[in-house]
Amino acid sequence: MSTVHIPFLQTGTLAVGGRLLDDAERSVQSHADRPSSLTKGHRACQGCAEALAARWVMDTAVEATDGRLVVANATGCLEVFSTLYPESAWKPPWIHSLFANAAAVATGIASSLHAQGRDDVRVLAQGGDGGTVDIGLAAVSGMFERNDDVLYVCYDNQGYMNTGVQRSSATPASARTATTPAVGRHPGAPQGTGKSMVKIAMAHEIPYVASATVADLRDLEHKVRTAMAIRGARYLHVLVPCPLGWGSQSSESISLSRAAVQSGIFPVVEARAGELTDVQRIRERADVEEYLRPQARFAHLFKPGGEDGLQRWRALAEANIRHYDLLGGRP
Amino acid sequence: MSDHDAPPTLGLSTGPATSLAYHTGAWRTERPVYVDLAPPCSLACPSGEDIRAWLGSTQEGEAGFEAAWRQIVAANPLPAVMGRICYHPCQAACNRGEVDEEVGINAVERFLGDTAIARGWALPEPGASSGRRVLVVGSGPAGLSAAYHLRRRGHEVVVREAAAQPGGMMRYGIPAYRLPRDVLAAEIRRIEATGVRIECGARVESLDEAQAEFDAVVLTVGAGVAHHVDIPAGAAAKIVDAIDVLRDVASGHAPLLGRRVAVYGGGNTAMDAARTARRLGAQDAVVVYRRTREQMPAHPTELEDAVGEGVRVQWLSTISEVSGPTVTIERMELDEDGRPRGTGEFEELDADTVMLAVGQEADLSLLAGVTDVEVRDGVIAVDPGTLMTGRDGVFAAGDASPGSRTATFAIGRGARAAAAVDAWLASRVLPAEPVLREATADRLTPWYYSDAPQQHRAELEAARRVTGFEEVLTGLDAEHAVFEARRCMSCGSCFECDNCFGMCPDDAIRKLGPGMRYEIDYDYCKGCGICAAECPCGAIDMIPEVR
Amino acid sequence: MREVLEGSQAVARTVARCRPGVVCAYPISPQTHIVEALSVMARTGELSACEYVNVESEFSAMSVSIGASAAGSRAYTATASQGLLYMAEAVYNAAGMGLPIVMTVANRAVGAPINIWNDHSDAMAMRDAGWLQLYAADNQEAADLHVIAFAAAEELGIPAMVCMDGFVLTHATDVLELATQEQIDAFLPPYSPAQALDIENPSTIGTMAGPESFTETKYLQHLRFLDAAGVIEAWSERFRKAFGREAGGLVARYDPDTLDRDGDAPPASAEDLAVVAMGSVVGTLQATLAPMRAEGLPVRLVGIGAYRPFPREALKAALGDSRHIVVVDRALELGAGGVLTGDVGRALAHTGSRIHSVVAGLGGRPILEASLRDAVRRALADELPALDFLDLKAGGVPEPPVGATEVAR
Ligand SMILES: Cc1cc2nc3c(=O)[nH]c(=O)nc-3n(C[C@H](O)[C@H](O)[C@H](O)COP(=O)(O)OP(=O)(O)OC[C@H]3O[C@@H](n4cnc5c(N)ncnc54)[C@H](O)[C@@H]3O)c2cc1C
Ligand SMILES: Cc1ncc(C[n+]2csc(CCOP(=O)(O)OP(=O)(O)O)c2C)c(N)n1
Ligand code: SF4
Ligand code: SF4
Ligand code: SF4
Ligand code: SF4
Ligand SMILES: [Mg+2]
Repeated sequence: MSTVHIPFLQTGTLAVGGRLLDDAERSVQSHADRPSSLTKGHRACQGCAEALAARWVMDTAVEATDGRLVVANATGCLEVFSTLYPESAWKPPWIHSLFANAAAVATGIASSLHAQGRDDVRVLAQGGDGGTVDIGLAAVSGMFERNDDVLYVCYDNQGYMNTGVQRSSATPASARTATTPAVGRHPGAPQGTGKSMVKIAMAHEIPYVASATVADLRDLEHKVRTAMAIRGARYLHVLVPCPLGWGSQSSESISLSRAAVQSGIFPVVEARAGELTDVQRIRERADVEEYLRPQARFAHLFKPGGEDGLQRWRALAEANIRHYDLLGGRP
Repeated sequence: MSDHDAPPTLGLSTGPATSLAYHTGAWRTERPVYVDLAPPCSLACPSGEDIRAWLGSTQEGEAGFEAAWRQIVAANPLPAVMGRICYHPCQAACNRGEVDEEVGINAVERFLGDTAIARGWALPEPGASSGRRVLVVGSGPAGLSAAYHLRRRGHEVVVREAAAQPGGMMRYGIPAYRLPRDVLAAEIRRIEATGVRIECGARVESLDEAQAEFDAVVLTVGAGVAHHVDIPAGAAAKIVDAIDVLRDVASGHAPLLGRRVAVYGGGNTAMDAARTARRLGAQDAVVVYRRTREQMPAHPTELEDAVGEGVRVQWLSTISEVSGPTVTIERMELDEDGRPRGTGEFEELDADTVMLAVGQEADLSLLAGVTDVEVRDGVIAVDPGTLMTGRDGVFAAGDASPGSRTATFAIGRGARAAAAVDAWLASRVLPAEPVLREATADRLTPWYYSDAPQQHRAELEAARRVTGFEEVLTGLDAEHAVFEARRCMSCGSCFECDNCFGMCPDDAIRKLGPGMRYEIDYDYCKGCGICAAECPCGAIDMIPEVR
Repeated sequence: MREVLEGSQAVARTVARCRPGVVCAYPISPQTHIVEALSVMARTGELSACEYVNVESEFSAMSVSIGASAAGSRAYTATASQGLLYMAEAVYNAAGMGLPIVMTVANRAVGAPINIWNDHSDAMAMRDAGWLQLYAADNQEAADLHVIAFAAAEELGIPAMVCMDGFVLTHATDVLELATQEQIDAFLPPYSPAQALDIENPSTIGTMAGPESFTETKYLQHLRFLDAAGVIEAWSERFRKAFGREAGGLVARYDPDTLDRDGDAPPASAEDLAVVAMGSVVGTLQATLAPMRAEGLPVRLVGIGAYRPFPREALKAALGDSRHIVVVDRALELGAGGVLTGDVGRALAHTGSRIHSVVAGLGGRPILEASLRDAVRRALADELPALDFLDLKAGGVPEPPVGATEVAR
């Protein structure tokens, strides 16, 4: 899905950079003088993909806008770990107001800039899945529906992590959280619940909707760049493994994202005006176990009685593969 | 306006990047460190080439070719030759084999060797003269390598060669369809250009005399004498040694072998003999071998090439008698230990000539009467570290000494002997070869490497092959050589892919610029291990943090 | 120019002349006429260089205002009742962030039971949100207060609510003289935000404060809030000079006899019964007390202009030596009494004052002059209890008719 077509170069566009690539063909993250919009000294857990994705997203947006970027952030881990007074790990102008209102604050900023004739300055809003899919949904939906000139980025770690790992409506079935414990006859988050924010965003028919992961930096940067080249409401949904909430090793945040995509569990897509326009194909098909097993929140799936849950995961992956043609016709 | 005694708190705002005041490095329980490990290809390369390094230079394209070639000749002065005849154990060990196909190291080496010849690149200037004189006996790959490396160290080197032309088995054994003689000559000439004197037709008869003339002597006399087996044979039977046939062909005196030729043996010599027979007009060339395909010492590609040229192989067969044009063959079977034993079943085969290719021995006649140089199992015994024989100042390498009988091994041991001679001349202790940590495949994250099949070298059509001694395998062009080099995963050594730098959630890695790699800022690194996990080539270790 | 105008129209036009950069609101009675009028002006261009944003809730309306204010725009919104409570979290947030947003609260009761009519319980619920709360006695003041509110809020970095009684003022038509565009341009300094999301000077706004800094942060906000009294007074005084009429101020004084508003009126004296009130009921009290004064009864009227910060000193000064107080209160603190009464009581602590709380006009119940007069008389006769519900009906609420229950069965 990455745009630049690069001839075979050892790692092509799969790695962050590569000494064989022309400077212009390298990712933003590969530049020694990248913005590092979310810089060192933040207090995210070891291996937090939310911290990583936020830097990636924002650096790309900063580059795409030539530094003319303002950010509104919802309450959540991202905000808490980055801005404990008197320290801030952010470099761009950044505001945090509340948990549920990042989209509306961003609208306010965009409206203000427009009124001031500063349409050159662009606005990015960001929040966790809780702040987006649950409590902030009305504001997000309003921002979408009005087609306000805001890129909203949701860092989906599939739960309320900042408050100690409770279930959100982005928590997948079976996942153990503090409010869906792995006990009883149906351990973990209930089956048949939750919602797809990507589909919800698409239903608003806004100019641009995309999903991405930290397993593919080029794709993510491409999507942010694409989004920043468009005016109006845009939505980017990034899957961000959370070692604390998922019970995974801190070193596994990237490989888990990769497994999520390669198993078909997390479709990486692009949509314009409500129409699906691109789908990232599976490159090396992985079994769902590759994604599930390293996560303690799914440990009960691998104990007696877990077969059913595991089966549902396989079915989900299959369904995604079919629906999005993730194998591109390959068997 | 009125007076205010209270400042506004303004949403408790603060300056950008003030988090630098907080050192998250204190959280770390493990720390990442950059390492440089030995790649399996180099560990498997008997010539001791830094394969990863020269593939790395080749990846740069045109700009990197000469540097790459120089990195090869730091170890092996014969890249164009070895790029053709080496059995490339490096490739068998290559980690990329576990991803798709191993890197075509040998093909790239040949490309660089050929490019160097075409462009007339010279070997490095020798070092300052040491004033010491060293004699190298024999000009095969071992001798040439020893001579070259000695000369580089500033010694005066004379190579004495019994044959009319230098090159040893490369000149008189390996057929021209695998190694064109102009290529060999060009690379030998280049060694001579560094000041190595090669005297041909100069058989060394006495070690004592040689030692009187030189400060040190390196014996690289090879194993050019055919091994013999006793086969009951009638008077009319035409039985020849394969090695002699090859030598004759190489000397321009191709013998008449007839239409049907049987070759006895299963090594590379047997393969070359059979293929040569086909080129000399034999309609039917059959290799008779005692064991199975799996046990065959010949390199699989050699077998494939032979079969591709119409050579047949009779597995599990021994020649029990040759009587006129009739060869009696006994069928064999494997015992529990995998050894062949006779079954008592026989069959017959017609052959105008039987070529014996059951191994070679060293001609050690110059050691006759020398008691302090021990010969064990038919080869000269040496100290495994210094390659010095029982006599001070006398060293041995190549086929005449213990170890694998391949040109690449000969080159590696020749270089080692040169280092040992140099140390001995300077009364220095030669440091042992370092034990290197291997960049094993399990350290890699192969996901990051582009999907890319090997660039195979084109082969001459089989029909055309058997009619002459034209070179079978063509080389890669620059584009394909670069492509192939870029398939190298740089196992165990940072190739500046920027993954660690880009993927650190804590922005704790500094990029130092092209060729300078990276630096971890331990003030902030939390030790999550993502950099190590996502380093494609396994160049980062996580080690326990000790405070 | 004097013109006949509905209160909401007067407010809308005045707000427009304050040149807000962003106006964002969500409809709720009785605020609707104000924002409707502004949206029309935004469309016609009368309100230029301004974004009018239709949002999906009051919570977002305040959030948009927060973003707009932080990005450097003069931001305005309006709400009432349920809407104010729906945005409550953001109301607190705006104040904590020091964003000088101005919001009209068209005061209305808070349900349940749902009731669209006027009282002060909505604004009272936000009394500790950290906003200035300025109360309009009439529509002239309602309009004028917005000019003062922007000026004071922006000087202080504290948001301001202008509270005007729903329907009673918002929907009432009066002869008014609006501040003209030129006057306001001359009076109101351009908005220069103390903190803006500025790409040239990036800063992080809205950090998290731990226990080690939260108290100090609040203490500084408190000091700043105390400063607000002086700032409001100063801007009101400036307004009076510039426009030749009184508006705003901390406490409104009234001529003892004419009951006309008069900043120079003397304080009440020891024998006076002082009636304290805020909002439109002050007008009713003017009409009520003037004839009683003519009868020779010792009554005085004191209006609360700024409820937040609560003008303790100004109130005490206006009350002079009077120690007998009746507070007419439009909001009820359940189990205690009028909300304003609590503030007055705290201000007069240790003065030995007798304070009556007259809870009146809840949920739009008309406050009749006769009823007020009766209450004052009872107070003078020492017959008024400490807490009195004006015109409380005996028998409580009517029984529901029976038919419905039968049908349901
Ligand atoms: C048919 C054939 C094919 C082969 N194919 C391959 C291949 O594809 N790849 C590979 O890696 N290896 C191959 N080999 C093996 C490889 O050629 C040898 O391992 C290698 O040449 C050994 O090198 P050397 O220098 O030790 O000896 P040699 O190459 O045998 O050279 C020894 C030299 O010493 C000279 N000499 C001997 N005695 C004296 C003396 N007393 N005075 C002066 N000179 C003397 C000889 O004339 C000879 O030139 C092949 C061998 C054969 C026979
Ligand atoms: C109105 C409100 N309700 C609840 C909270 C408590 N709270 C703060 S962060 C958070 C969870 C955040 O979850 P999410 O948005 O997914 O972000 P994450 O921390 O997982 O990155 C909650 C519930 C709050 N701050 N505000
Ligand atoms: S709890 Fe999860 S999302 Fe929050 S900082 Fe830790 S790893 Fe990141
Ligand atoms: S991939 Fe490269 S470094 Fe690794 S073993 Fe193969 S040739 Fe050597
Ligand atoms: S991740 Fe890439 S840049 Fe970092 S050490 Fe490994 S090879 Fe080098
Ligand atoms: S990715 Fe960064 S924080 Fe994690 S171990 Fe490496 S340098 Fe340290
Ligand atoms: Mg979350």
